[in-house]
Amino acid sequence: MEILVCVKQVPDTAEVKIDPVKHTVIRAGVPNIFNPFDKNALEAALQIKEANAGTKVTLLSMGPEQAKEVLREGLAMGADDAYLLSDRKVGGSDTLATGYCLSMAVKKVMADKGIEHFDIILCGKQAIDGDTAQVGPQIASELGIPQLTYAAKIEVDGTKVTVHQQNEEGYIVSEVDGPVLITAVKELNEPRFPTIRGTMKAKRREIPVYSAADIGVDESKIGLDGSPTRVRKILTPPQRTQGLILKEEDPAVNVATLMEKLTAQKLI
Amino acid sequence: MDLAAYKGVYVIAEQFEGKLRNVSLELLGQGKILADGIGDDIGAVLIGSGVKPLAQELIAYGATKVYVYDDPQLANYNTSAYATVVEDFFNKVNPNVLLVGATNIGRDLGPRVANRLQTGLTADCTGLAIDNDGKTVVWTRPALGGNILAEIICPQNRPQMGTVRPNVFKKPERDDSRTGEVIDMVAPIREEDFITKFVELIKMGGGGVKIEEADVIVAGGRGMQGPDAFTGMLKDLADLMGGAVGASRAAVDAGWIDALHQVGQTGKTVGPKLYIAVGISGAIQHLAGMTGSDCIIAINKDEDAPIFQVCDFGIVGDAFQVVPKLTEAIKQYKA
Amino acid sequence: MDFNMTEDQKAFVQIAKDFAAKKLAPTIEERDMNGTFDRALIDEMLSLGLAGTYFPEEYGGAGADVLSYIMTVEEISKVDPGVGITLSGQVSLAANPIWQFGTDAQKEKYLKPLAEGTKMGAFALTEPNAGTDAAQQMSVAVKEGDFYVVNGSKMFITNAGEADIYIIFVMTDKSKGTKGISGFILEKGTPGFTFGKTEHKMGIHTSITKELIFQDCKIPAENLLGKEGKGFSIAMQTLDGGRIGVAAQALGIAEGALAHAIEYSKQRVQFGKPICTKQAIAFMLADMATEIEASRWLVYDAAMAKQEGKPFSVKAAMAKMFASDSAMDVTVKAVQIYGGYGYSEEYPVARAMRDAKITQIYEGTNEVQRMVTSGALLH
Repeated sequence: MEILVCVKQVPDTAEVKIDPVKHTVIRAGVPNIFNPFDKNALEAALQIKEANAGTKVTLLSMGPEQAKEVLREGLAMGADDAYLLSDRKVGGSDTLATGYCLSMAVKKVMADKGIEHFDIILCGKQAIDGDTAQVGPQIASELGIPQLTYAAKIEVDGTKVTVHQQNEEGYIVSEVDGPVLITAVKELNEPRFPTIRGTMKAKRREIPVYSAADIGVDESKIGLDGSPTRVRKILTPPQRTQGLILKEEDPAVNVATLMEKLTAQKLI
Repeated sequence: MDLAAYKGVYVIAEQFEGKLRNVSLELLGQGKILADGIGDDIGAVLIGSGVKPLAQELIAYGATKVYVYDDPQLANYNTSAYATVVEDFFNKVNPNVLLVGATNIGRDLGPRVANRLQTGLTADCTGLAIDNDGKTVVWTRPALGGNILAEIICPQNRPQMGTVRPNVFKKPERDDSRTGEVIDMVAPIREEDFITKFVELIKMGGGGVKIEEADVIVAGGRGMQGPDAFTGMLKDLADLMGGAVGASRAAVDAGWIDALHQVGQTGKTVGPKLYIAVGISGAIQHLAGMTGSDCIIAINKDEDAPIFQVCDFGIVGDAFQVVPKLTEAIKQYKA
Repeated sequence: MDFNMTEDQKAFVQIAKDFAAKKLAPTIEERDMNGTFDRALIDEMLSLGLAGTYFPEEYGGAGADVLSYIMTVEEISKVDPGVGITLSGQVSLAANPIWQFGTDAQKEKYLKPLAEGTKMGAFALTEPNAGTDAAQQMSVAVKEGDFYVVNGSKMFITNAGEADIYIIFVMTDKSKGTKGISGFILEKGTPGFTFGKTEHKMGIHTSITKELIFQDCKIPAENLLGKEGKGFSIAMQTLDGGRIGVAAQALGIAEGALAHAIEYSKQRVQFGKPICTKQAIAFMLADMATEIEASRWLVYDAAMAKQEGKPFSVKAAMAKMFASDSAMDVTVKAVQIYGGYGYSEEYPVARAMRDAKITQIYEGTNEVQRMVTSGALLH
């Protein structure tokens, strides 16, 4: 079986702070990490590999040269191969253009590996910087394969894949026979740690870097020019202001004051 | 085709077991405001099997036209089949704007449709407005984990698409005296759309109020120190107020309660009347999921917790003492 | 000397850091309170290859370097120094002497599982009457045919009871003094080898410390480590390396305590302002940070010297002495900064202070370290 996992290096948005005076984002010093949902996706791929002898797991990322760090981390976790699409020209792409670029990169990876299709393509449900959750489905659409999103459980039996998809009511169980793109949620698994030996081996690996020309994209469909949407403005979210804070020693007193206010405002 | 030829703001309505999802109705409300701004009509697209009766309800909530694709094969959601239906709608009706509720299904369908139609989709919008040109929609959405807001536009491509989370906009008033047009459409069913098969729906959550719909949410965070509070003191308070129990990412990550209860940037967005945050510090990611609440009450032993900056009422103290006392006080009041 | 970390070192440190944050931090308080040695947790850590960092690939290691390993001990000790010393004991004290002095057969049989992390190791030199005076060994081994029969006991042994492989040192020829001590590799489960009481320690509660008891315990002759009479030398050289591990542990303890103290000083408001605005506190923090920086350079330098095959005994002694004395000072100051809360076990600095003390004592008391250092100066 051939599995592809799309991964992204993202700023750790949990560490991003807002300058209290200028109300702007402080990006300096924010570490870059492996997008957490992509790790769930990779872990799922590795578990399928462990259960199905002869399975190969390939990683693909689109980003600057530095993105090789997450590709190496993925190799250290147990992936077999990694590829990077890196080109100024794809920068500024919105989700439509990104999906297009990645799908062209997927085709190139398949050609280079001499395979006709990937049995399963795994992506994280969303990247924690963009939070759009669109690129996975866009890739699936470009490649003309079905998609099963929000996978909380994946079972593989030969070419048949059964997925428990998270839903407002619980889980929708869906099944597909043949190539499919699956997006992973946190509930799917607990990603393993890379090992020391894995890290050493990963450091020695050559990671092929594709340019836009290598993957044969139509340049009018990539980058800012290829993006139907564009950012008109960035703002800081309006802040709610602080209300009444009760700090008496005795909790009973605080509760009594709160009850007074809440009942007066008919909130209870 | 010239942009002016695309007309109408349409909500791709989502229904489940014969009931329209609230978010679709919320979008009809906000969609009407948008449509009025552009000088356009607001309508809906209804997809499913045996769903035609719901068309009247969509009209009662403001849709002037409802395009119905009713077919037994569309009984269960299927990405390809539903995307093909929306594609058909687009080709036949040339809508200007498509709005989709950002439920799991909406976020699954939206990008597939956007790719088929090679257009722009803006996800998880928290604001919809019209640009100065009076034609282009300005989609406002959070990014960078909720730390910033971005205004996005899709100037050249049609339809202009956006998904919107539940509880961002308020449901409009229902008026059954409203009239509108119901147009029956033939669903363009293709065999190749049904490669994925629906097996079954497994319901979870053991009943009870769902946080997306609750008027009152009692949410616990790291300060709960374990799972017991979620089935104990927090649940007691929530039950008393007819509400639901929520959780921060930290509590869900620690395994104290399942992800269905998670509120935040990567969890659910909620907008209840009352949100009681217990032992939650108030990280940006969490706030992103609940700042739409009417009234926020925070209980935390750390008086420097960020949540105290944004709450309407706060109590600095030990949650394990405050919550039971609060529950008791409310019980007395209700008696 | 360039301590800008290489990409690999950053990656190794990240593995240790993530493991510590996800697996050790959530339960450290509870495990410390209850004195719990969590074998499952240790096995998980070892499965990541953290015990094999600098051993060659053919023996189950990763073929990386000593400094990388030392940095992982440091990183883990910032959160759980008991687990830090568990790792250091396994690598520096049990695996290292096999690698340095063992036969190929011994490396294959014993070094590999230790490096791969499938087995745990321990080192046993100390006895009730032989601490700093390590030469005063009472445990004896008598050769009988293809075996050595061992009688005696060892005390204060880290990883005892859990380890599968023990490097022990016993008298094979009392008449020769230190040159009559030999080292052996002893497997758990060998008849005549049992464990005595578990030590109830002041700190590092998540590490396990027990007595070893030998009663007519028969060790196969092929388990002799190095040559008869070379045991003392092997033990001393091994401790040289172990000292760097302890120094790294001490450095981690200090760093953890400093981070907590800084955070606390920014949040604790007295007289209307955070206490970090008071010079008394700010200057303490400055002193703590400086001691830590100085420790760091001594520790890393010793590690690099060992890696490069240069003499490192004195560097290791200086590093261990300085880093442990610094850790004690830093943790005491950290408790002071926390004030009354610092004395409460609800806050992490009390534990840090209890943990720090042992680093001034084991693997050669700081008095021994001063003996080594002054000995080199004055020879």
